[in-house]
Amino acid sequence: MTPALVAEIREKRYGRARGARPHMALTGLSLQVAAGEFVALVGPSGCGKTTFLNIVAGLDTDFAGEVQLAPRADGRPARVGYVFQEPRLLPWRTVYDNIALVLPPHHPDGVVEGMLRAVGLAKARDLYPPQLSVGMSRRVAIARAFAIEPDLLLMDEPFVSLDHDTVEQLRELLLTLWHARPTTVLFVTHDMREALVLADRLVLLSGTPGRVVADVPVGLARNRRQSGVEIELLRDEILRRHRELIGAAARTTPVE
Amino acid sequence: MATTARRASSWVAASSLTQRIGSIALFIAVWQITADAVHSRLLPSASAVFMALEQEAVDGPLLHHVGITLARVAAAFVIAMVVGTAIGIVMGRSKTVDALFDSWLVLLLNLPALVIIVLAYVWFGLTEAAAIGAVAVNKIPNTAVTLREGARALDRSYSDMAASFHVGRWRTLRHVILPQLYPYTFAAARSGLALVWKIVLIVELLGRSNGVGFEIQLYFQQFDVTRILAYSIAFMVVIQLIEWAIFQPLERHAGRWRR
Repeated sequence: MTPALVAEIREKRYGRARGARPHMALTGLSLQVAAGEFVALVGPSGCGKTTFLNIVAGLDTDFAGEVQLAPRADGRPARVGYVFQEPRLLPWRTVYDNIALVLPPHHPDGVVEGMLRAVGLAKARDLYPPQLSVGMSRRVAIARAFAIEPDLLLMDEPFVSLDHDTVEQLRELLLTLWHARPTTVLFVTHDMREALVLADRLVLLSGTPGRVVADVPVGLARNRRQSGVEIELLRDEILRRHRELIGAAARTTPVE
Repeated sequence: MATTARRASSWVAASSLTQRIGSIALFIAVWQITADAVHSRLLPSASAVFMALEQEAVDGPLLHHVGITLARVAAAFVIAMVVGTAIGIVMGRSKTVDALFDSWLVLLLNLPALVIIVLAYVWFGLTEAAAIGAVAVNKIPNTAVTLREGARALDRSYSDMAASFHVGRWRTLRHVILPQLYPYTFAAARSGLALVWKIVLIVELLGRSNGVGFEIQLYFQQFDVTRILAYSIAFMVVIQLIEWAIFQPLERHAGRWRR
């Protein structure tokens, strides 16, 4: 079976423009993701995780290397859904129109409503984003990404700067949606605990410039990940095996 | 909370309307008293002007000329807004185009309206197209500069979102780009309407045989200040009605998502 995503970034640098000091963002980052796999990309802030997602999404084409997405079954190019760090909803369009915007102009009736029901926001369809709570905005952003039935779902630290309960709810919602609408997920985070709760596999990145330092499958059934103890044990083991990460992890461990 | 705020704001609106009417009434009173005191043919009283206005509107050609002028204003305004917006967006998005044509804009901004009008008549003849074109050219650089500011302030994160989801060019323009430009469009439209109708009168005075500007020239030759004022007031009222009945509701509609 061909992988859903093959990425081989030899080099990505910023500051090609005149006057700016060049800055190497990524070197030798190679990654393969199987269809239907949930991969978490874990690394300290500023290691180029967002840069990598933007390259995969096709927003950034100024790099040396290759990105291949497996085409759909009908031969058309893969669809990519993107959940950004901030929800990036258009404040001047209703919740409904924000989701309808990313669908083909003549999508079947009820697609948007179905998606809103799935994230528990059926009643919010006619609200404008400034009227939503932060948690609701993130739900809409997740609904928008799932609405296009993505072959690859990119998520860039979608749950940062939220309170603990909201994060728990959103993680649960994400897993529920993912089980109901299976797709390949590339989830970026600096929080190893979050990665261990969600993913099938962790890809650990070093600090600047970002490159892969370890590739760790999470051999623990998802229903056993609710207990913090198991997650802590896994995390300790990973940090023991990859001592070079300890410094970075200590610096970026969030308060939970 | 919201209801109180709404009630409070409608109270403020009502009181500001009363103030406005009071202010206008005061102006008319001062005008009437001064005119009565001076008692000159060159400063007609408010009542004389309003009587002339009624007479010209009912029995005279006032409405006909106001209509013609309004049509010219509309044509020049639409051309100036569309062309100016397009130029502004392109210049705001492309550094190369901006560097190439910025000086042209500065040049046009500083070219007196009268020069543009005279040149348009000399080069293209005393035609309707030359008249409307000259007015539009006067307003285009102004619109372009305002919209260029807007295009420079566009939020890249929304465009990236649209691009990553493959929202097409036209839908991106309509749903992502233009809504961010509305505040700039309204600013340009407001100042545009004020500028355009004044320049239309000059264009009519210099080279048209109808419209409010032409009538004012006629009464200028007869030293008929009463009718000059009557025509100006008629047109000022029309422009203010456009502001109230079209611009303000449109702006409220465009800003309905703001809390």
